[in-house]
Amino acid sequence: MNRMLMMPVLLPFATAILMLLFQRKIVLHRILGVLSTTLLGVTALILLHGVMREGTLALQIGGWDAPFGITFVADTLAAIMVAITAIIGFTTALYSIGTINTEREHYFYHPLMQLLLMGINGAFLTGDIFNLYVWFEVMLISSFVLLVLGSRPQQLEGAIKYVTLNLLSSAIFLAAVGILYGMTGTLNMADLAIRIPLLEHRELLTVVAVLFLITFGVKSAIFPLFFWLPASYHTPPIAISAMFAGLLTKVGVYAIIRFFTTIFTSTDATLVHQLLLWSGGFTMVVGVLGAVAQYDVRKLLSFHIVSQIGYMIFSIAIQSPLAIAAGLFYMLHNIVAKTNLFYMSGLMRRIGGSYDLRKIGGIYDSYPLFGLLFLVPALGLAGIPPLSGFWAKLLVIRSGLEAGEWWLVAIALGVSMLTLFSMIKIWNEGFWKQHPQSDYDFATSTYHHLGRLDKSMIITPIVLLGLVTAVFGLWFEPFFTMADHAAQELLDPANYIESVRGGTL
Amino acid sequence: MYSVILATASRYLLMLLLMFSVFLLFRGHNEPGGGFTGGLVAASAYALYFIANGLDAARSILRVDPLRIVVAGLFVAMLSTLPSLFMGKAFMSGIWVDTGIAFIGKIGTPLLFDIGVYLLVLGITLTIVFSLAEEDNR
Repeated sequence: MNRMLMMPVLLPFATAILMLLFQRKIVLHRILGVLSTTLLGVTALILLHGVMREGTLALQIGGWDAPFGITFVADTLAAIMVAITAIIGFTTALYSIGTINTEREHYFYHPLMQLLLMGINGAFLTGDIFNLYVWFEVMLISSFVLLVLGSRPQQLEGAIKYVTLNLLSSAIFLAAVGILYGMTGTLNMADLAIRIPLLEHRELLTVVAVLFLITFGVKSAIFPLFFWLPASYHTPPIAISAMFAGLLTKVGVYAIIRFFTTIFTSTDATLVHQLLLWSGGFTMVVGVLGAVAQYDVRKLLSFHIVSQIGYMIFSIAIQSPLAIAAGLFYMLHNIVAKTNLFYMSGLMRRIGGSYDLRKIGGIYDSYPLFGLLFLVPALGLAGIPPLSGFWAKLLVIRSGLEAGEWWLVAIALGVSMLTLFSMIKIWNEGFWKQHPQSDYDFATSTYHHLGRLDKSMIITPIVLLGLVTAVFGLWFEPFFTMADHAAQELLDPANYIESVRGGTL
Repeated sequence: MYSVILATASRYLLMLLLMFSVFLLFRGHNEPGGGFTGGLVAASAYALYFIANGLDAARSILRVDPLRIVVAGLFVAMLSTLPSLFMGKAFMSGIWVDTGIAFIGKIGTPLLFDIGVYLLVLGITLTIVFSLAEEDNR
């Protein structure tokens, strides 16, 4: 069972190499992409099943025991994240077939996607901070290339902001790792969890914690470090944006969860938890206000990513078991709904002719089914029952009330209204009103001219993710139980520590 | 600018430097050296040849696209991890085979991994050097 732990990393890596060996065979790339992400889904499910049955799994790479070697650890949280990554990877592989042009495919689009998946999975599964840094780099470098692939001027402009800020945050990350190593003499997460409470000289501990907060704050786009996100996420093709929107920022959130529950408990870093709480509130408000002003669908959705991150950060900062579970469930719901909305924005442009809401309209008239499909993630995101967002928000708000954070709960509720407003805006402008060009013929749209295969490759991911959103909402309990289980594990790291160090003691 | 002295010397230096790079690669397990340094030295050998004789000559003496070398390196490095999986040991454990020949000694998967790194570094460096050179020619 333990060896399964490597598979989510090894599988995309092997696929990428195989794709590169057959550099010119684009059709093979596509098939391999779908195949590998399907297999990834299967391994993720096996892993999740194993973790639920046997508890936290750990693998000492090369047989070097923790804390000296690198450990791969899968607890419930990591296993859930790998599973959701596989789902998004699979749908994006399908969506790419329908939308990415051959030129990009020739410039290694598919292998890069696999490497990106490898980086994400590695970041979720590693139990070593320096190793986490390496996976972040794997992920970032693939994302840099994906972002500029095709090198249009606006892509390069977005990429400059993205690359600069992310490199800066990586440098801070590295500095923080160095200081922490100097203080504790270890970088193994489980070992850190043991040693930090025993430290004698604690002066620098808050500094290190804040440095880590800044690092992961940049990656997950929390206030006031989010500016790169709306500036860059709308520039690449939709399949890439969707993948970034769904997963990349969430890796940052994952790291925040991991660091500020397992490693720095609330007694070690009170300041950071206060910072997180307020930053969460500001992130919600600023993100949603930014979104209200936008007319480009992709920019609007990008600002919503920021706003939604706020909810997760807010609930993580509360630190009660219910709050952490709420944050996790929120993250799952959000990854699915947000990615789906991005897919849809791509379809809207193909049908209506533009990303600009002022220039499109009347989609519901010609494609009523698409209109209904759009409502699933849109209302889900806004939090209308019985879709997944309702439960997610209910839990976040309930845990906020239990913790007595009245102001932040009020903010969260207000932001919810504005989210609904944004979604209704997309609906009204894109689907409901007449197309501004009164003689616009939907039979001339690029979507209409696509082949049958391409069409189904665009529609299938949208339907699949819509189903997931509906299932999360209607069959909510098992998913919440899982999130709750993960939260319990996070707040009581004894189990985690024991599985990592089990063999050595 | 073409220099007869440099061009002639580079032909001999190429061989010497490549041999030295392989020496570094094998030496690396217990002493300073290894795949990374070896790969860099090998790349610098080709880079020197390119400076002396031009891009086309360097490409033709390398025979394969440097990007292919990168892929081969990744592939070899990945291969080196597989024996540990099949032998039921922890992932990436070193598996050693004693050849029984005094001169060679034990051969193991870490060497295979190092060869992968060697190829990867060689390929990447040359890809960068050649791309920059092409940009210059335009």
